[in-house]
Parts: sequence; structure tokens; C-alpha cells
Amino acid sequence: MNDARLTLAPHARDTALAAAPPVKVSARGLNFWYDKFLAVKNIDLDIPEKRVTALIGPSGCGKSTLLRVFNRIYALYPKQEAKGEVLLDGENILDAKYPMNRLRSKVGMVFQKPVPFPMTIFENVAYGIRHHERLSKPEMESRVEQALRQAALWDEVKDKLKDSGLGLSGGQQQRLCIARAVALKPDVLLLDEPTSALDPISTSRIEQLIEELKQTFTIMIVTHNMQQAARVSDYTAFMYLGDMIEHGATEQIFSNPAKQQTEDYIPAGSADPRALQCHPKWHRARP
Amino acid sequence: MSASLYRTRAVKNLAAQVLAVFAAVFGMFWLVWIMWTTLRMGISSLDWALFSEMTPPPGAEGGGMLNAFFGSAVMSLLGILLGAPIGVLAGTYLAEYSSKSWLGETVRFVNDILLSAPSIVLGLFVYTLVVAQMGHFSGLAGAIALAFIVLPVVVRTTDEMLRLVPTQMREAALSLGVPQWKVTMQVLYRSALPGIVTGILLALARISGETAPLLFSALNNQYWTTDLLSPMANVPVVIFQYAMSPYENWHSLAWAAAFVLTMFVLLVSLVARAIVLRNKMTHD
Repeated sequence: MNDARLTLAPHARDTALAAAPPVKVSARGLNFWYDKFLAVKNIDLDIPEKRVTALIGPSGCGKSTLLRVFNRIYALYPKQEAKGEVLLDGENILDAKYPMNRLRSKVGMVFQKPVPFPMTIFENVAYGIRHHERLSKPEMESRVEQALRQAALWDEVKDKLKDSGLGLSGGQQQRLCIARAVALKPDVLLLDEPTSALDPISTSRIEQLIEELKQTFTIMIVTHNMQQAARVSDYTAFMYLGDMIEHGATEQIFSNPAKQQTEDYIPAGSADPRALQCHPKWHRARP
Repeated sequence: MSASLYRTRAVKNLAAQVLAVFAAVFGMFWLVWIMWTTLRMGISSLDWALFSEMTPPPGAEGGGMLNAFFGSAVMSLLGILLGAPIGVLAGTYLAEYSSKSWLGETVRFVNDILLSAPSIVLGLFVYTLVVAQMGHFSGLAGAIALAFIVLPVVVRTTDEMLRLVPTQMREAALSLGVPQWKVTMQVLYRSALPGIVTGILLALARISGETAPLLFSALNNQYWTTDLLSPMANVPVVIFQYAMSPYENWHSLAWAAAFVLTMFVLLVSLVARAIVLRNKMTHD
């Protein structure tokens, strides 16, 4: 038996031994700055392959910031900087030599607000593929169909692939965005509060979908909704003021957290007034 | 809620409504009056000859404004062709590439100054830059002067329309591994297109009535010409010249041309408006 597993907290050991999936992505000593503000502080985190890892914590705790490091989308903004290591299949993606093109084709992202491109439904899905691969027309058609099926949208749109993606309902638009991301056949999917702009029915459809998608993809989801984290994730990481407070199997985090801060946050959920007080700006303003 | 409080509010509401309607009617009144006056004064010259015959010599009867309409059309279109592409590119730089850099902020500030610069100053600028160098007035100089008016309008609208595109759309496209220039060309322009086209149409409406910059660049031409290197007739300067003259026929032609010009500007504005409205409907 590998002794490294024995160093886990006793109550985490059982889950870890039972599942023990290989690690897909890991952060090592990761720090993130918005200009001079340190938003993510020296984080170590392992993301297991083909599992759902939820990042939870009050607003401003750095969970979305952390998620945005994994595909380096933050690099769009000149004053944002990540330091440390993020290993994807053992390679450091923060290394300037790691090609952005390859990273983005391996790590897909879905955002809070559904943002279909102003194109047809078909083109929305085909757009990313076209940039990475040369496919014949029938190949592209089957690829688009496959992606739309994976996103559980095919049956609703198969007769109107030439219609604008903007004409779909909010929930359908978000599934279109998921199809667009999975069409590139990435290894990892980053979901940044993917249901916070959706109604309850669309939300539960997306949650079911996440359950299916984890057969194929390693998923990281940022959510404000504690019940959602409990429902969809296998592992949960709790962040507070840029620190990783606790990380482990979801069941253990929710039923028997090791840290007091986690216990304080989870039962009351995001409705807890204390959750509001920890926004970094407010925190710093206090004496 | 007490009845008296409700009544006070209803009265206040009515007062605000009446004032708003009055202001709207007040604004419309002048526009309608202008249209009506130009129509009434120019009606005698509003015929086919207006569009098929050249500007008449002093004192002569009849004639039209064909050379002036043609000159205006050529110079306005050329002005758009010169100014709009540069304007779109500069606006793209401001919205997509300069994010809060000092260069971007400086360009934006200078562009705002250019936007409100008196057009006669732009005319003088082009006079020094082009006319003085060539040694004579020309249609080309006129088009360049108009392009300087188009430029800041298009820079401003492109900048604003691109900044209205949600950041998440940008990030979603970039997160597919598509490089930024492709994202801008294929996704962001498509999203901002109706706004950018509207800006270009409004610039067209603006330059089709500009007189001052053309006085110093294209001047005028009594005859038909397609030579961009020679002075060119154009509607605003002809109206100016004819209105100043003592001839009845010229007055009536000037009124008719003013009516056509006003209608054209109105039409272009309506088209621009329609594009915005249609776009709003497909997005809601």
C-alpha cells in the first residue's frame, strides 16, 4: 500500500482508499495577484480525474479566481498574475512555454451567464473545432451532433441548427455553451457558477448533465449553492479570504469538516450574513 | 395610502407628463416647420430637371443640381471609404487592445476633441495639407476633409459598441483557444455590427450637410466633372452660393436642394434607427 495515503486525516482515509482516482490537475504553491492584491494564497490542490470537484466559499474568497487560473483566461488582463505551479498531466501550464492553444483545447470553460456567439446553433458548436482541426463536412456534422448530444441539447435543436443561438431559452443557451466547450474534446471542464443565471428546472437539467459529463471529463465547478455542491460533486474545496481552508471528499466536508471555519460556513450556506462580511475589501477596511 | 397623498401624486404625474409631451412637440415643431418651409419655397424647382440638369448660369431660367448631387455623393462616399475603415480599426484598438493604458486614454481624449472640433478648422487643415500643396481645390481634398469628420464619429461608436459586448463573450471565445484577432473579427464584430453600421450611417448623415470644410477643399464647380483632382460641385456649397445671390431661380433651386438634403438626412437617420430597433428585437 502507498503510504502517502495514510497521511490523510483518519476520517478522509476511507473515501480516499475506496476511490483513489489518479490526479489530473494539481496546483502547487499557487499565488494569484490582482495588481497588488493577493487573492489566492499559496494553495496546494489535487484535482482527481473524471470526478467533480466543487470550489465553495463566500463571495470574494478567490474561488472563481482560482478556477480562472486553470485555463489561464486571466492572462487576458495585463495586471493579473499567477505564480507557482499548476500541473496538467504533469506539465506546468503556467510555464510561458506551454502553448496557450493546447491548454485551451484541453481545458474548456463554461461561464456564469450563457453567452452564445451571434451565429447559428451549428456554427456556435463548430466555431472552436474549426480553429483546431480540419474536418470534412460530414465529419464536422457528426462532431457537432455528438457535442450537442453530450450537452443533452440535440433533441431540442436538431431541426433548427441553422437558427440563431440567441433565440434559445436561457437554459438551452447554457447547454449550447457546454456543447461548444465539449466539442473540442477537452480533458478538463471548468464551470464558473454555471446555473446561477438559470431557473430551477434548467438548473436541475444542468446538474444531471454534470453527472453524465464526469464519465468523460474532469470537472471543476464554482458554486454559491451549497446544496448544489453537495448534489453534484465528489470532492469539495472550501476557500476563505484566498486561503484553501479544507479540501476532501464532499461527504466528509459536509458531514464532518475538520476545520471550524468550514463548519461555520456550510450549515448556514450562502445565506449566512457572515458570508457577506468576508469580502476582501470589507475585511481590509475594518481596523 | 391616504387619498390626498394619492391625489397629489396623480397631479404631479400629470404635470410631468404634460411637460414631457410639450417638450417633444416643441422639438418636432421646428423640424416640421423646416421641412414645410423648404418644401413650400422649393416646390417650383422640385421636378425631374433638378436631378437631370446642371447648375444654371447666373440669371438663367431652369436648370438643376445634377453636378452638385453627384459631387456630394462621390465626396461623401469617398469620405466614408477613407474615414470608416481607419475609424473602425482605431475604435477596435481602443476597446480591445489598449485596456486602460495611457496611450489608449490619450487617443480617446484626443478623439473626443476631434469629434467636437469646428468643421471649418478641419477644412482649413485640409486646405494647408492638400489644397496648398496641389495648388488648387479638388474633389479629393473635399473627400479628405469629410473623412476627418467621419473618423472621430466612427472611432467613438466602434469603441462604445465593442465595449458593450459582454466580457464573457470575449472570454468564452478565447477559452476555445481562438486567438484574439480572430475573436475580434469573427465574434465581436458580428455582435457589434449593427451598432458600428449605425455609427457609419450617422457619420454619412452628418457629412452630407457639411459646408465649411468643403469651402476650403472642394470649393465648387459650375460644370459636370468626374475628375477628383479638379474642383467639384456639391450641394451644401451650391445652396450657400445660391442663397447669397440675387436671382429668383437660384433661390428656388437652393430651397429645393435643401429639401432633398433634409429628406436624405432624415432617411439615413431612420435607416440607422431601424437597424438598432431590429437588433434590439432579435436580442430580447
